Amino acid sequence: MRMFRLHPALLELIYKGTVAFLSPGKSLIVRSRIINRGLILAEHLFKKPVFDCQMCGQCVLHNTGMICPMTCPKSLRNGPCGGVRTNGNCEVKPEMTCVWVTAWERSKQMPIYGPNINVIMAPLDRRLQDTSAWANQLSGRTEIIQDEWSS
Amino acid sequence: MSGQVEDQSKLERVLRSGQLAVTAELNSPDSHLPESVHRNALVLGSLCDGINATDAAGASVHLSSIAVSAILQKAGYEPVMQMSCRDRNRIAMQGELLGAAALNIKNILCLTGDGVHTGDHPEAKPVFDMDSINLLKTARIMEEEGRFLSGRKLESNPKFFLGAAANPFVPPYDFRPLRLKKKINAGAKFIQTQFCFDVTRLKTYMDSVNDMGLSEKVFILIGVGPIKSAKSAQWIRSNVPGVVIPDAIISRLKQAKDQVAEGKKICLEIVQQVIEMPGVKGIHIMAYGQEELVPEIIAESGILDNRNNNI
Repeated sequence: MRMFRLHPALLELIYKGTVAFLSPGKSLIVRSRIINRGLILAEHLFKKPVFDCQMCGQCVLHNTGMICPMTCPKSLRNGPCGGVRTNGNCEVKPEMTCVWVTAWERSKQMPIYGPNINVIMAPLDRRLQDTSAWANQLSGRTEIIQDEWSS
Repeated sequence: MSGQVEDQSKLERVLRSGQLAVTAELNSPDSHLPESVHRNALVLGSLCDGINATDAAGASVHLSSIAVSAILQKAGYEPVMQMSCRDRNRIAMQGELLGAAALNIKNILCLTGDGVHTGDHPEAKPVFDMDSINLLKTARIMEEEGRFLSGRKLESNPKFFLGAAANPFVPPYDFRPLRLKKKINAGAKFIQTQFCFDVTRLKTYMDSVNDMGLSEKVFILIGVGPIKSAKSAQWIRSNVPGVVIPDAIISRLKQAKDQVAEGKKICLEIVQQVIEMPGVKGIHIMAYGQEELVPEIIAESGILDNRNNNI
């Protein structure tokens, strides 16, 4: 499933499609505990293997080059720190390419959401850890958190 | 920008007067004695427009930046209080911002912070509840809207002069100016960069920063410093995150008879080149272990000649 990673432009289309597909059932998804659990399971099954998802519950993949910023050892959501090595690798984990070096390259290949890398992302609401990011987005919770930071 | 002139920090006034500014980094002591701070500040001399109080620099514990800043303030120096996101969550950070304002510390440098692995307590929990951009914006919300992030009102709005760091010398190079823009949007009014040993790279960065109109929105101070020896350069290169020292500089140091003098000479050359660059508003001297060279660098570079302090 990791091969999906190779195509950020395709992934952003899948994201857009998923939102469009789930949106009509919004009110049901938000209210039903069973559907909510189903979504959590689906995110585990899809986002874990593809993105190494950390289940923060506030997915911003489409704003960060379809690379999960939570895999950054400092979990930075607003861009690279100043410690990146000259070979583009991480300060904390020298064997790993900096998440943001990759995110930036991939954002440039994404016509729809690529420019969102310049938007200020809200700090995480830690209460949403291990909840469904899709449900949080559909219920408007993610938007409420994000609103005051991007304005 | 709102606010009366008397609300502005000395550093802000110097920068707004259009003159080149000089800040320097203080070696935070492993001591609770105010005299230790006085001693280290005295070495830097009285000419600096701001003295940076580091916040557990390199993730190693030292006297806290708020205490150092308060001691400096009381002794008549102009502190720049560094705050990193590594060791505190948003509750502690907002309290500390308010604390700084209560102590009349206005210059706050908002940093993400080095990872704990670089310091003397690698077993500690890295917090990173927010990042430097969130911290900047938090301070700005407190200042402009007079409230905490929770929405709870403050009795009175604190006044800050907010700064941030920039590192033009590491990848992703073409994203660095955009990251600077993000920091400006979050509230940064001044920037202190990482050590500059690669003037060509800085020039490319400043060209894009100028083209984007960013140097009109923020005061950019370039980080400079003398290196003691080729050996010390090698050590910094492999142990201090984000510092890039080109091979040419290391071989120049190696070949020199007096490496300390050569290190200072290189620093002075870099200062001359960077202050000529459009968009550069000053320098930030980091002379770890060689703080006694700071007054010499200021004097010999001539950067503060013709300084008018009646501002």
